[in-house]
Amino acid sequence: MASKIKSKLDRRDVIKTLLAPRGDALLVTGLGSSCYDAGTLDHPNNYYLWGGMGGAAMIGVGLALAQPKRRVLVITGDGEMLMGLGSLATIGAEKIRNLAIVVIDNELYSETGMQPTHTARGVDLAGVAKAAGFATTGTVSTEQGLKSWIPKLYKTPGPVFMDLKVNANRYPLSIRLRDGTHIKNRFREALLGARAFD
Amino acid sequence: MKAAAASAPTWPLDIYNVFKQVGIRQVAYVPDAGHTQLIKCCHADKTMRAISLTTEEEGVAMLAGSWLGGDRGALLMQSSGVGNCINMLGTIRECRFPLLALVTMRGEWGEFNPWQLPMGQSTARVLEDIGVVVEHVADKSMVGETVFACAQMAFQTNRAVAVLIGQRVVGFKDWSK
Repeated sequence: MASKIKSKLDRRDVIKTLLAPRGDALLVTGLGSSCYDAGTLDHPNNYYLWGGMGGAAMIGVGLALAQPKRRVLVITGDGEMLMGLGSLATIGAEKIRNLAIVVIDNELYSETGMQPTHTARGVDLAGVAKAAGFATTGTVSTEQGLKSWIPKLYKTPGPVFMDLKVNANRYPLSIRLRDGTHIKNRFREALLGARAFD
Repeated sequence: MKAAAASAPTWPLDIYNVFKQVGIRQVAYVPDAGHTQLIKCCHADKTMRAISLTTEEEGVAMLAGSWLGGDRGALLMQSSGVGNCINMLGTIRECRFPLLALVTMRGEWGEFNPWQLPMGQSTARVLEDIGVVVEHVADKSMVGETVFACAQMAFQTNRAVAVLIGQRVVGFKDWSK
């Protein structure tokens, strides 16, 4: 197992860097910490999962196919991504061009007691995505590396996959919006206008 | 198209015609022999995107995303795949996403493989337990109108609805030979 230098990046700093240039991009988050991180930068174009572990990437697929002119960004955690590894194969096979996935990877199940995930034990998510056929993949663990990746996330033809290593810092729950039907309806109304209620 | 396919069953085409009628644009599936013809039709249709999945729950999530983006979709699978979907169907229920699932049945009428029985005999019950409206259809001539009725329910009331297409419709292997 390759020894990894622990990243100094903090999840609440990287979420700001990731989302500052979002423009009209649509965001899907996985459950847990990545949902709370994105909640600090709430936006009507954010769809948050509070359950459905393993489903974030595929929600991104359906959304990306329905909105081919918009960039769709999925931000999720390493545990959530590991539960949906098959979806990386589906996305690689289908070559979804307007989809980018960012895994905020602290190598821990931070909601359930900080147990190590497989990424702490040598599993390389970016390697999996590359082998599955993603167009652009990489693992990033520095601020400079993250900044250089921003154009890839928003502009480079996808599917794009970034494994973003962060430290183990945890934060208090920062998002109060948790009614699923409301989150869905708000997202659709912002995106589709009156058509949301057809 | 129906006339040309004299020996092939017409119910898959009936479903395809309903898909056109109700504006299905995304079709997610794990292949099943019973859905072969319908899957071919969907792949051939330039207004639809048919996506092959590694597991059925991917399709549940994908169709949540399709609805978020304004597209109607449908999920095709075999009854054994229903068990793979249960937790993701909880998300559909919590968010009041519409979901149209067409499930070809194994483990019932005429089944020869004992391993298919546990999931096949539990399919309707577990779907109902997680909040999915279930319609079982055993008559070929009723498949099209049942799918249409269920699509109406799913997309007009924002509910998950599953059509269980019985093994009596799909056909079964004669293991006595």
